[in-house]
Amino acid sequence: MGVSIAAEKAEAERLKAVFAEAGALPLDCPVLQPAETLLDLYGEDIRARAYVTQDPSRGEVMLRPDFTVPVVQMHMSDGAEPARYTYAGEVFRRQEQHPERRSEYFQVGYEVFDRGDPALLDAEVFARFAQVLAPWGLRAVTGDMGILAAAVAGLQISERRRAALMRHIWRPRRFRALLDRYSGKTPVPPSRAALLADPQALDRAGVSVGLRSEAEVAARIAALRADAAEGPLCRSQVDLIDTVLSVRETCTYALEHLHDIAVDLPGLVPAVERFERRCAALAEAGIDVAQLDFEASFGRTSMEYYDGFVFGFLADRRPDLPPVATGGRYDALCRHLGGGREIPAVGGVIRPGLLLELTA
Amino acid sequence: MSIKLGVPSKGRLMEKTFDWFGARGVGLSRSESEREYAGAVTGVEGVDLVLLSAGEIPRELAAGRIHLGVTGTDLVREKLVQWDQQVEPLAELGFGQADLIVAVPACWIDVDTLDDLDAAAAAFRARHGFRMRIATKYHRLVRDYLRAGGVADYQLVDSQGATEGTVKNLTAEAVADITSTGETLRANHLKVLSEEPVLRSQATLFRSRAAKMAPGDREALKALCATLGL
Repeated sequence: MGVSIAAEKAEAERLKAVFAEAGALPLDCPVLQPAETLLDLYGEDIRARAYVTQDPSRGEVMLRPDFTVPVVQMHMSDGAEPARYTYAGEVFRRQEQHPERRSEYFQVGYEVFDRGDPALLDAEVFARFAQVLAPWGLRAVTGDMGILAAAVAGLQISERRRAALMRHIWRPRRFRALLDRYSGKTPVPPSRAALLADPQALDRAGVSVGLRSEAEVAARIAALRADAAEGPLCRSQVDLIDTVLSVRETCTYALEHLHDIAVDLPGLVPAVERFERRCAALAEAGIDVAQLDFEASFGRTSMEYYDGFVFGFLADRRPDLPPVATGGRYDALCRHLGGGREIPAVGGVIRPGLLLELTA
Repeated sequence: MSIKLGVPSKGRLMEKTFDWFGARGVGLSRSESEREYAGAVTGVEGVDLVLLSAGEIPRELAAGRIHLGVTGTDLVREKLVQWDQQVEPLAELGFGQADLIVAVPACWIDVDTLDDLDAAAAAFRARHGFRMRIATKYHRLVRDYLRAGGVADYQLVDSQGATEGTVKNLTAEAVADITSTGETLRANHLKVLSEEPVLRSQATLFRSRAAKMAPGDREALKALCATLGL
């Protein structure tokens, strides 16, 4: 890596000043974060991506893997509304699978907490990033997690199956496995078939050990019976999800395409209308949406907390580099951290170190 | 100069390793004094025996302080990031077989696959307010395995010994541990999931990719491998 920490820091400060000049309030966050909050949010997998260490009095602490959680928390505890924030600092990522990637780098963020029209705010944030990043000639990709969520919400299935699909909406492989099982593509495992065929199974369960009670086992068996009684998910429903996921074109064409899909999946209409309003707002903000890429599955894997508009800026001439900037709407994360309070939020981060690498 | 061969310093693993080399014409023995962790090699030239804890052998191989080492696949994979770029397996020795498995209480008749475990974990979290605890000392391997299996809403709790007892003691709901016969699991009212194990482990002879070779070492290694029939 030819980029010095000093140069990276200077570039981070420069970008932060640009965001501050646009009206964002500069914030600083602690490097050490309570591990429990992050683990509850992202699950055990975050341990593979973040440094966890032990503090004798505070318990497990984590070197911040990003600023999102602390910024949301600071906003919730003493932020005015609406608010726009900017920050710049180092984040720390374990790279178990990719030791060649950087485990310590700067991020500069711009986050908007505002209850105003989401389409306008999404467009404001995207346009701000597009403007700041314009000199680098990056390719922007957008997506919308709300579209897939709406497609799942509109499926003709039981609430139990819907909840299971929603729970795994950010884990593409698991999501697919569930669809395959519900549609009958994957056969029922023999052990489950045997369990369901045996009305006295619980009587033979033997010694009960551990915290998970017999009642919980019985409840799950009841759920499995109900699921078996529901029958297979119609193939056409699976096809609809596949069609939605495969939408990958410019915003203008994607919008047309999604309108077509919504004819067969009326539940999609509100989400497509939101997308349409966003496109209009983006155009209003000076973005050429006829040239802007849209991928319905963008942001499904690594950006677990985004639940609406998502975007990334990629350096196509350097496919070895991760996205230079990423962002999106994360209302659900705020709801989770705020204990159910609604705090609509949209924002993103830039990696100044990557910008310098592109210039070098 | 000479090449260094790291071998577990005690117990059945050491004896079986000595037997395996002995059967192939390479005599390994521990020095006279039982307290001194040094040994002698006969039958080949230019090989030094280094007796180490099996748990330290992966690290010593990765650092290149030993050229060859005998240890379990489980330890190499747990302790070394991108293990295959750091060491090369030369031979599986056919003993020390053990599987790293995930086990749950036998009374969980509704849980037999990772799919089930995930569903049970989601319900458990909703019911108890915390993520289902899985006790293990193989954090990396188990986490990777569960992620690949699509299991969410669990947490790994560290257990360096008597892991099977954690369920009864209510400090974990399930375990991920090494088992050879499964007897301890049964005694603790646990059962293994009907999935491929996290890992099938056995004692294996590894070559370090990092260890420096002095003049003559390459020949010594070649001669040793020839004698061992590798």
